[in-house]
Amino acid sequence: MSEPVIKCESVYKIFGENAETMLKEANGNVDAKTFQENGCIVGVNNASFEVSKGEMLVVMGLSGSGKSTLLRCISRLTDATGGKIFIEGQDLLNLNNKELIDLRRNKMGMVFQSFALLPHKTVVENIAFPLQIKGINTDESINKAMNMVKLVGLDGRENYFPRELSGGQQQRVGIARSLAVEPDIWFLDEPFSALDPLIRKEMQDEFLRLQEKLQKTIMFITHDFDEALKLADRIAIMKDGIIEQLDTPANIVLNPATEYVRKFTEEVPREKVLLIADVMDSITTEDIGDLKVSKDEIIENVAEKILTQEKTVTVIDNNNKIVGYINPTKIINTVFGGRKNNN
Amino acid sequence: MELFKKYPKLFQWIFLLIVFFALCFAIDVPETYKFIRGQAEFVKDPNQSTFVFLGKEVRYYAFDVFWRLPPLLGWLPIWINDSLFFLMNDWMPMEFWNEDTQEYKTRPLVLQITRNLTAFMTFLIELIREILLGGLETIVAFTSWDWIDANPWAELPGLPWTIVAAGSAILAYKLGGRGLAIFAGLAMTYISIFGQWKPSMQTLSFILVAAPLSFIFGLSLGIAAFKSKRVEKALYPILLVMQTMPQYAVLVPALVLFGVGDHAAVIITMIVAVPPMILLTLLGLRAVPPEVIEAGRMSGCNNWQLMFKVLIPTARRDILIGVNQVIMVCFSMAVISAFIGAKGLGFNLLLALNQLNIGLALEAGLCISLIAILLDKMSLAWANKQVDYFGNLNFFQRNKNSLFFGLIMIVGIALAYFGSIYFKGGYNYLFEVPHNKGISTADFWNKGVDWIFDTFFVYIKAFNTWLIVEVLQPMRALYLRMPAIATIVLVVGAGYLIGGTRSALVVCGLTLFIALSPWWDRALVTTYMATFGVIVSCIIGFTVGTLCFQNKYSTKFMLNVCDIFQTFPSFVYLIPVMMLFGITDTSVLIAVIVYATIPATRYTIEGLRSVPSGLHDAATMSGVTKFQRLFKIEFPLAFPHMMLGLNQTIVFALFMVIIGAFIGTEDLGQYILKALSDKKGAGIGLTLGICVAFIGLIFDNLIRTWVDKRKKHLGID
Repeated sequence: MSEPVIKCESVYKIFGENAETMLKEANGNVDAKTFQENGCIVGVNNASFEVSKGEMLVVMGLSGSGKSTLLRCISRLTDATGGKIFIEGQDLLNLNNKELIDLRRNKMGMVFQSFALLPHKTVVENIAFPLQIKGINTDESINKAMNMVKLVGLDGRENYFPRELSGGQQQRVGIARSLAVEPDIWFLDEPFSALDPLIRKEMQDEFLRLQEKLQKTIMFITHDFDEALKLADRIAIMKDGIIEQLDTPANIVLNPATEYVRKFTEEVPREKVLLIADVMDSITTEDIGDLKVSKDEIIENVAEKILTQEKTVTVIDNNNKIVGYINPTKIINTVFGGRKNNN
Repeated sequence: MELFKKYPKLFQWIFLLIVFFALCFAIDVPETYKFIRGQAEFVKDPNQSTFVFLGKEVRYYAFDVFWRLPPLLGWLPIWINDSLFFLMNDWMPMEFWNEDTQEYKTRPLVLQITRNLTAFMTFLIELIREILLGGLETIVAFTSWDWIDANPWAELPGLPWTIVAAGSAILAYKLGGRGLAIFAGLAMTYISIFGQWKPSMQTLSFILVAAPLSFIFGLSLGIAAFKSKRVEKALYPILLVMQTMPQYAVLVPALVLFGVGDHAAVIITMIVAVPPMILLTLLGLRAVPPEVIEAGRMSGCNNWQLMFKVLIPTARRDILIGVNQVIMVCFSMAVISAFIGAKGLGFNLLLALNQLNIGLALEAGLCISLIAILLDKMSLAWANKQVDYFGNLNFFQRNKNSLFFGLIMIVGIALAYFGSIYFKGGYNYLFEVPHNKGISTADFWNKGVDWIFDTFFVYIKAFNTWLIVEVLQPMRALYLRMPAIATIVLVVGAGYLIGGTRSALVVCGLTLFIALSPWWDRALVTTYMATFGVIVSCIIGFTVGTLCFQNKYSTKFMLNVCDIFQTFPSFVYLIPVMMLFGITDTSVLIAVIVYATIPATRYTIEGLRSVPSGLHDAATMSGVTKFQRLFKIEFPLAFPHMMLGLNQTIVFALFMVIIGAFIGTEDLGQYILKALSDKKGAGIGLTLGICVAFIGLIFDNLIRTWVDKRKKHLGID
């Protein structure tokens, strides 16, 4: 495996006047309460993780949990108080201003919750903005921006001003702008939170389509657990600046690490999250039927087929090799039973 | 007791008023006291007391300290004068190279700086002026008079008016389209045909130097204040005082520093126009959403790009209001600075008003207003201009405006040449219509004024007499009858009730400064005129604003009217009132009322507009009638914003009262006007200006504190 694109080693962000000295004295043992008594607020508390190339890490947490602060540390919009951050092996916190600007101009793109479009520029000008900042001439930047306009499906509206667009359209512009410089790393800070539910779903699908095409390394911030489950390769759940659990969606649902995480998973429809592979048994003593299902199917999609069977179903992998078995009662237990037990 | 607990504030106010009136009745007017006596006038009188402060002897009439405080600050004007004189003549003499005499000369530093500054300003003004009108000065600046004598051909020829008019129309077309172009062309042609070309171009050249310089300085200082807390803290008190300082008062010290003429006028204009520009720049930059800044950062902006490509364009709306203010102030000053010898329309206007030739004044005033509106609209159009990337234009289409202007140049020059042959009388009408040869409507207006005066004399006179005898005189007497201590108690008490100790202390300091200056009586007169103006303006403004708000179109119409009226230089308001009411206090007050009604109306409409529409609907669904909605929902919520309008109304009223000194009042303004023609007037002028500014600041502080509290209480903003 190649080296991770983003790597954080015990990152701290503490707001307040003598945050740095307090952090040193705390010796890696940061307690939010004691800090607060001394006039400091802990934004991010000992965050360590890696994101590898092409992976989408979703950071989930309620407002004030420090998820946006974490993102801003990694994009260095704010400087982390302690710890180390590596972007493709480069030590982010040791970059000088020029190197940082270079990094942002070529490697990073970011989408914002409130869209953050420049009100005095048209759609195409907004998208061309990062290119022009880089020093690309007007004609070329406008041409490239027009391609982006088409990519996000806004053709015909390139000369509109942001104020003339709906929220969803504005965010498409924001997405196009962040992609204009063809960055490797893509930060999205609650990009769909300000949108209506229907538009949100549409944008999520659109986003998945784009990601399939572009394969960027992504950090995605959201407060919506369903959104996290839908999009993520891995999810980090944050609370009070601490990452409570970082795992695949299935593992988070099946094995919540803390009480806090479990509360989130309670209401989650498991059949929509779990794969057959997550619930199958590797051996069985029961009768085996004719039906075969792939281990990568989401339960919801095959549940009906399985439940019409009376016998145990065979699970296969991509090469048609038998990897396990699943009994219809197991499906019933997962979908309905699990929740009852927890209550 | 129940009531007392329910409305504690109300009873506190009542108590304050009782104390105030008790003091008023308890303290008698001293028998020897003559109202309206400039206590610092330099007459020796055995009844006067004297005191010496820092070597300055100050004479004053001693009265009971409860009645009038002794003018302990009487030394301040003299001290300011001496310091200015010292700075200009004796401080830091240095050797400077003199270009003319080719030798080193000893000169005080400040004098050298101001002289260089004025020389630079003069050069800029002359350059533009001579491009428009023709002349020698610019070439002289690069060579010498001897060279000019040797080369008689060397002279900037100046542009024929046809080219300037067509040029401005083309520029207007490029910036704002057909409508603006037609307006520009018509305005310029009007100015030319009516014989106002030369003074208009002089004024224009003055504005074209003063406005961009003010804009650049204001913007840079605004940015500096945005970047550094320290700069902001240093600037803030100056900005505050300058906002309420009457423009007149700045003239006098500037006269000492920079002398007489257009260059001094430009510098004064900058002093007056830069503060609002700074404030609005700061306001705009502060309001930029943090995410937009982050978006700029993530796009890879360096600091420079972030400021000029992200922050300033995003703050454009507020900065544009600043530009608008700068242009407004520049035109206001174009007239006022005629007092210190600036040439142009302002000078003509002042002259005509002095001769009571209302017709001429009206013509000059109209030209100033036309240019003001034109520049205002053009700057607005420029800022809102959009680039077309997909036009796919050929060379001719892209450069059609420049090509067309080139064509106009040739045609204009040809016409002017043709004119020089055709018109034998020595006047080339196709080059420039001389001042006295244009069509003049002055006679018509003068006759009109005479007719109005003859026809309605009885009524106007009756109204005038009634107003003065029944309203103004008693009100003035009441104000003057207030013992100083009672006034201070009232103001400080109000400060305490509104904003607590801090506010009380600020207000107390401001009032004490005025009370301890030698012009307390005059300040009371100024306050009385301003109060009267403000009350009437507010009644009119709030009523008109509320009525207009009932309909979408009338709202828009009224806001446009306010825009246009605001563009008029303040002096122009004096013309029509002098037409109707002659030289009386009534004239001044009516000018004050008209001028101050603008902000009152505008803020009322904007306040009502700022009420969230959700609340509007909620109220309607609760089944309120239109009136209930207005009084129960809209007024209470719009009130803080309307109070800010009151604040502006007071500032506008104060300005106009001071300008009214030109017609003849007996308040602080009159003394400022007198200081203008006094060799030692700088100190007095500045101190008086500060007094007026402080009157404004007292109200400003009280109103702003109240509004902030109220807004917090209502949870808006």
